Amino acid sequence: MHELVDAVYRSDSRRVFATLIRLLDDFDAAEEALHDAFSAALEQWPRDGVPVNPRAWLVSVGRFKAIDRMRRRARFDALDEGADVVDALAEDPSAGDGEEIEDDRLRLIFTCCHPALPPDAQVALTLREVCGLTTEEIAHAFLIAPSTLAQRIVRAKAKIRDARIPYQVPSQNDLPDRLDSVLRVVYLVFNEGYSASSGASLTRQDLSAEAIRLTRLLVELLREPEAMGLLALMLLHESRRAARTSPTGDPILLEKQDRSLWDRTQIAEGTALLERALSSRRFGPYSLQAAIAAVHAEAPDAAATDWVQIVGLYDVLALAEQSPVVELNRAVAVAMRDGPEVGLVLVDAILGRGDLVDYRLAHAARADLCRRLGRTSQARVSYERALALTRQEPERRFFERQLAELKD
Amino acid sequence: MKYLCLVYGDEKAMESMPDSECLAYSTALRQSGHCLASEALQPVHTATTVRVRSGRLSVTDGPFAETKEQLAGFYLVEARDLNEAIQLAAKIPPARVGSIEVRPIRELEAPQHAR
Repeated sequence: MHELVDAVYRSDSRRVFATLIRLLDDFDAAEEALHDAFSAALEQWPRDGVPVNPRAWLVSVGRFKAIDRMRRRARFDALDEGADVVDALAEDPSAGDGEEIEDDRLRLIFTCCHPALPPDAQVALTLREVCGLTTEEIAHAFLIAPSTLAQRIVRAKAKIRDARIPYQVPSQNDLPDRLDSVLRVVYLVFNEGYSASSGASLTRQDLSAEAIRLTRLLVELLREPEAMGLLALMLLHESRRAARTSPTGDPILLEKQDRSLWDRTQIAEGTALLERALSSRRFGPYSLQAAIAAVHAEAPDAAATDWVQIVGLYDVLALAEQSPVVELNRAVAVAMRDGPEVGLVLVDAILGRGDLVDYRLAHAARADLCRRLGRTSQARVSYERALALTRQEPERRFFERQLAELKD
Repeated sequence: MKYLCLVYGDEKAMESMPDSECLAYSTALRQSGHCLASEALQPVHTATTVRVRSGRLSVTDGPFAETKEQLAGFYLVEARDLNEAIQLAAKIPPARVGSIEVRPIRELEAPQHAR
């Protein structure tokens, strides 16, 4: 029975939680109610059997337990308002019906990612409240102290309460911008998990998995093309995980990866999602980045990569998203299509105007192009710059090795 | 719930805002019942700052601090929640060239009566 309740917890606790927040209008009350509901389940289900609709049962019990708590607290409170609120809650007829519960998870995601909250709080809150990770797990994944993270979450909940950020799915008008906010948070979470070195804790890989799961939910509930595009992008990136690091934990560049290690199931799913997104004609930057990743995924080996198509996609992406990083990636693709000389001119233009000077990958790209042109001393300067800027151990070893190989 | 919308803008940029447009919006807002109070302010060079420290009054010329954007006016609005307040603030004409700070009002607590 314990395993059964555990199973229900794993599959349904987040949905029950999201509904309880709507009914009780308070994150902390909802958390207590959730805990009470599952305690009650452990007690009563062995005796009375598992209910036909466990989710509705948990919501109902959680709500009544919360009302009891509020009544007990109200007894010590001089204000009459408390009692009125509790009575109103007790009468709420809209508790726990099928369709409402579906939207509640969306409400929760959009509330946690509200632009009025600081971006790092949006990430923390989403992981905690939507994904159900513990404060310790999140803190560990982002390499910050649990107390700092806890403070961040407390402040975010306080702002939701004090500024009255409503627990709502945005209107059709506001949806595109608000969805952007959510997708940005999710992608940030994915990248935290993606760029972590191998040999790091299991939690970091779980982050990417959480991001994928969350985006699947968004796609299921909203069917928005950019959400599909982001999911496709993440799946295509994730498909290369096994090939990206050597057994000693060093990064392996795309052109040198063993493509037989790429996960073909993820590639197939990502490509199918991408096609759906592109056919809607309402796609954006994530879908375009996914399209680029898909071109790589299609190539049986590095030499067969369709760089012409990739540069074409970067041209479109540059229109949708003006960013020096996109420009850099395009320059690298142009170098593959037209030769390193052309690419180097583009990279130097970016660095020359002061962009990306602290971005180690810009210097690494420059170094690689110089190396291919035989400009060894230039390559050395750039690799050294990249080395000075990196914070990841495996990357550092990689740049050191590139430098050592230059001397030969 | 009440929110104060503080309208900030660079004074040069704000000069491009015709009064008629601001007036039209504040009238519409009052008629909708959302606006409890609203005023435009004279430019920042007309400001005077008052402080009292250790019982001594200090009066200085100018705003409380030199800032890139200056306070130009305010709207005190009634809104259902932050999203509605944001939508009301977004329609304030200077939002296009300046910034609107949206802050919820805090009800000051009256002292509790002893039981």
